[in-house]
Amino acid sequence: MNRYSIFTLARNALTFHKGWQKAWRSPEPKSEYDVVIVGAGGHGLATAYYLAKEHGVTNVAILDKGWLGGGNTGRNTTIIRSNYLQPESIAIYELSRSLYEGLSQELNFNIMFSPRGLLNLCLTEHELRVFKRIVHANRIAGLDTQFLSREEVKGLVPLINDSPDARYPLLGALYQPRGGTARHDAIAWGYARGADALGVDVIQNCAVTGISRRGGSVTGVDTTRGKIKAKKVAVVAAGHTSVIMDMAGVRMPLESVALQAMVSEPVKPMLDVVVMAGAVHGYVSQSDKGELVIGGGADACNNYSQRGSIPALEHTATALLELFPAFSRMRMLRQWGGIVDMSADRSPVIGETDVKGLYVNCGWGTGGFKAIPGSGFVFADSIANDRPHPIAEPFGLNRFLEGRMVDESTAAAVAH
Amino acid sequence: MLVLHCPVCGIEGEEADFHCGGEAHLVRPQSHDPENVSDEVLRDYLYLRQNPRGLHCEMWQCTRGCGKWFNAVRDTVTMEFKAFYRMDQKAPDLANFDEGQS
Ligand SMILES: Cc1cc2nc3c(=O)[nH]c(=O)nc-3n(C[C@H](O)[C@H](O)[C@H](O)COP(=O)(O)OP(=O)(O)OC[C@H]3O[C@@H](n4cnc5c(N)ncnc54)[C@H](O)[C@@H]3O)c2cc1C
Ligand SMILES: [Zn+2]
Repeated sequence: MNRYSIFTLARNALTFHKGWQKAWRSPEPKSEYDVVIVGAGGHGLATAYYLAKEHGVTNVAILDKGWLGGGNTGRNTTIIRSNYLQPESIAIYELSRSLYEGLSQELNFNIMFSPRGLLNLCLTEHELRVFKRIVHANRIAGLDTQFLSREEVKGLVPLINDSPDARYPLLGALYQPRGGTARHDAIAWGYARGADALGVDVIQNCAVTGISRRGGSVTGVDTTRGKIKAKKVAVVAAGHTSVIMDMAGVRMPLESVALQAMVSEPVKPMLDVVVMAGAVHGYVSQSDKGELVIGGGADACNNYSQRGSIPALEHTATALLELFPAFSRMRMLRQWGGIVDMSADRSPVIGETDVKGLYVNCGWGTGGFKAIPGSGFVFADSIANDRPHPIAEPFGLNRFLEGRMVDESTAAAVAH
Repeated sequence: MLVLHCPVCGIEGEEADFHCGGEAHLVRPQSHDPENVSDEVLRDYLYLRQNPRGLHCEMWQCTRGCGKWFNAVRDTVTMEFKAFYRMDQKAPDLANFDEGQS
């Protein structure tokens, strides 16, 4: 891998940028690997990277039916935070958030992590109580979050409608000063480049069509580019997980639905924190290019079409206009959807299955971008050592049998 | 925009006139077979879902019409509704699904 630095930039500038190498290879699939990862989104790529980097497991292929990062990883609104309610969630999301802090250096790839601060607005009495409870839960876990008054919120976001006559009056906010955003594609590209350099085969345009087993153990996968044998198979396919796990006869506690987002035309800097409003189902941040990046709640019904519905978008726009009346004249440039995997308790599923050697990492639903580094780290450790990493353990599939939910439907309600 | 027909009151409306209630034909084990309520059976009922890529039987409520719940068959890839039927009707055979049915 040739390292990126100011010197390589200068050297390449002298040769008119004709000397840059490809960031990763495009190898043909081999007939056999120690580990095959299905799905080259952020979670799969991070898993591949940490398998190679932390555990020396380099005979690994990561397969994607399309291009890497073309799923939800390349479609999300990039909000990063760890201010969840349950201790299990705080542990994994904060591990992840803290890995984001050093990820550009770790990967030698600018992921543009921007811990600009994040506000979860309280617009109802119920939210006020829930978010105060979350602040206390976060403090116990040693997390830096605070409760801000209405005036303090107005100080950070002068544009916000703080009129006491608003339909949902602003009452305060849960504030995580080191929450923020990062560049989504860069996460996928950075991990892909890092994994490739350590010997992992990143194979695009290779859809998995079957999972072969013998005597209750996984033996490999069938793909559109032939059969590949594997000692271990890890399925990390977000909204497509149920379909792939079904190939191995494993039923999942998941439903796939569309989640949409949109961006506005670029405008001058007007918002330098991330603002989320669960009560009205909308959230917004401003990108470095000046676009407002806007998201909201998921669509209601099961969906594999990668398109959302217009009423859901309208609902998000309405929510945002209530909070920021000044946005009413902004034009939206683009809108898109991704298929997210909603688990029964809105927490992820990480770990082994009843099929020996078959692992799964899914259920991140509307909020798994923020979890990519931490999830990859603990999942790689669980696969390499054949036992759940302590931070992954509470998220095993067996929790649905044991009734041991990690209920994040409050902290994760709308979005991320 | 999805367009639905309520098989109870007969109105046609857009998706915003209805409310989606998720997978249909889930049977509560306690009422169906009280002798056989294991952890596995309860897990399957409460949490596991078909979540198919393709035809899906699901519940909808006619919220801005008669208020009743009904079932529908919808393709989760094309988003096309294939059938609407009342709650007391049996699940169609999706493996041999014929669009003319119901
Ligand atoms: C509009 C939107 C906004 C969001 N906003 C946020 C946010 O602000 N903050 C946040 O934390 N999270 C957010 N999320 C959620 C986040 O994007 C996801 O949780 C996360 O990206 C999931 O990553 P992944 O690697 O698990 O899945 P993906 O990135 O979806 O990767 C799965 C991959 O599996 C591949 N695949 C599927 N089937 C097969 C097959 N048969 N064979 C081979 N490959 C296959 C797909 O092509 C895909 O590339 C948002 C999601 C959406 C859609
Ligand atoms: Zn009706």
